[in-house]
Amino acid sequence: MASTESSVRPQTHTAHSTTVRRTRWQPLVRSLLFNALLLIGAFLSAFPFYWMFVLSTQSTQQIFSWPPQFTPGDNLVTNYQNIFAIIPFWRNFANSAFVGITHTVLALLFCSMGGYAFAMYRFPGRNWLFALLLATMMIPWMAGIVPWFILISKWLHWINRYEALIIPGAASAFGIFWMRQYIQESIPTELLDAARIDGCHEFSIFFRIIAPLLTPAYAALGIMIFIGSWNGFLGPLLVMQEKTMYTLPVALSLLRQDPRRGFDAGVLMLGTALATLPMLIVFLMATRRFMAGLTIGAVKG
Amino acid sequence: MSQLATAGSPPATVRKFSLWHEMRRNWVAYVYISPFFILFAVFGAFPIVYSFVLSFQQWNGISTPQWIGFENYARLLQDRLFWLAMGNTVFIGVIAHIPILGGAMVLAFIINSAAVRFKHFYRSAYFLPVVTSPVAVSLVFSTLYGVRFGLINWVLTWLGFQPIDWWGGSGEWIKPAIILLFIWRWLGWNMIIYLAGLQGINPELYEVAAIDGASLRQVFFKITLPLMRPIILFTLVLSTVGAMTLFDEPYMLVGVTGGANNAGLTIAMYLYDRGFKFAHFGYASAMAYVVSAIIVFVSVLNIRFFGRSNTEA
Repeated sequence: MASTESSVRPQTHTAHSTTVRRTRWQPLVRSLLFNALLLIGAFLSAFPFYWMFVLSTQSTQQIFSWPPQFTPGDNLVTNYQNIFAIIPFWRNFANSAFVGITHTVLALLFCSMGGYAFAMYRFPGRNWLFALLLATMMIPWMAGIVPWFILISKWLHWINRYEALIIPGAASAFGIFWMRQYIQESIPTELLDAARIDGCHEFSIFFRIIAPLLTPAYAALGIMIFIGSWNGFLGPLLVMQEKTMYTLPVALSLLRQDPRRGFDAGVLMLGTALATLPMLIVFLMATRRFMAGLTIGAVKG
Repeated sequence: MSQLATAGSPPATVRKFSLWHEMRRNWVAYVYISPFFILFAVFGAFPIVYSFVLSFQQWNGISTPQWIGFENYARLLQDRLFWLAMGNTVFIGVIAHIPILGGAMVLAFIINSAAVRFKHFYRSAYFLPVVTSPVAVSLVFSTLYGVRFGLINWVLTWLGFQPIDWWGGSGEWIKPAIILLFIWRWLGWNMIIYLAGLQGINPELYEVAAIDGASLRQVFFKITLPLMRPIILFTLVLSTVGAMTLFDEPYMLVGVTGGANNAGLTIAMYLYDRGFKFAHFGYASAMAYVVSAIIVFVSVLNIRFFGRSNTEA
């Protein structure tokens, strides 16, 4: 990559002595400009998170002071206690975690099975079944949302039940597509042939031989699915109708209004910060893996 | 099925037999893909078909459904709020995506250039907004947008401008507020996708361009953009769906009515309002169908326009 900069430098005027000097400092100016622009953008991207953490430690008086205080306040403990007057925060947290983990595990199983079948087997109907799978990705969630809700509530009786958030999306088309790309690129077909010759059962080939090789893929796709589940809003908003069953995003929306004390930005921001922190940690710990995973579908597709 | 044909061309009777044979031989594959197709049939395909049926009915979920023909669709055409919400959604989507896609491309191009170090740091920073929940970031922004004590208004007054009454008046600042949040949230995601595409471009092309004396601008418009077309298409299709189904952020910022003069009411919010607050299941289904049809139509248009690729790179 080191050659990119020098290679895109205009070289048409190099015969002129004045422009030779220009081309010498031009890359430097450009580099400064680029870095300054990126730095401002990075600051704007990250600042709201800093602000969230600062406000979460401040009292209402501190928040509503003029000029604003840019450093942490001393009201963290009180804010923390006030959260529980509105929502059972840790119960909501546990709901989100349980739904997220079970949903992710199930989705990883189904997606890797599906992706493996599409990558490794040449079965009749494979091409049009795969085309159908891709086509389902174009359907917006709205199309069937009303009957989806009727199905969940009236026929399956899944209102206030975890199943409603775990089962319906457990085998995502995107996940299968993604796994197929990964398996096609990383698992040689000879491996299957060798296992078959050794008399390995078809199911053991996948669960004993292939699945362990997919660990990096499980990690990358797992993070994506987990974040999606943790952040989901409309689904839980529709099916969870009791405070104790709310997932974090729905619970947070209640924090805007304390029935006794009215609006308190400090309490709101502390709840938001506590709900966001796990995702920030997961993301910062696995950024490379996450982004590598994210772009497989986009670039190779 | 094409594999069967190429595996030697047996006579028709044998081929019919061997199709069954092939299916039986690969039965495990069908087991592996069955979870998706079963779950899709139950939670995807069935609701979509039933939604179509519902769109010709009047039903509040309790009484017996009534068949009313095209009445829901006719009502939809005359529904002022529906068209308002449609206009809001398209406006927010289009205005937000010009800086999102344009900015993402420029940023990706910049980060990809050798003039920039700490690429990993920038990628992480720009991606941060996408991994956090839309509800959480909307709440953070709602405090930033605070009218009397919000940070943005403080900065504005410090710079000598008038503070902005984000939610009040006739609601003229509601859409900008939603758009700003939308841009902040999605710029990084698109940038990462574009960056991955840029890194897939053969560096030799740039070297050849340099030998031919191409300027930075020429390189960008003549080499980078054409090669990026499939990836731009990918982001366009996802952006269309994302923008047309926008719900979480405006719902959290201005509530289900969309704030003053319904200025922040999007189609998804209106659908939620009619379908789940008022239990007008039939009417909401008709709306869902019309909007979904529009989304699929625009996506197909995108694919036709950007997808006729002369670039298989």
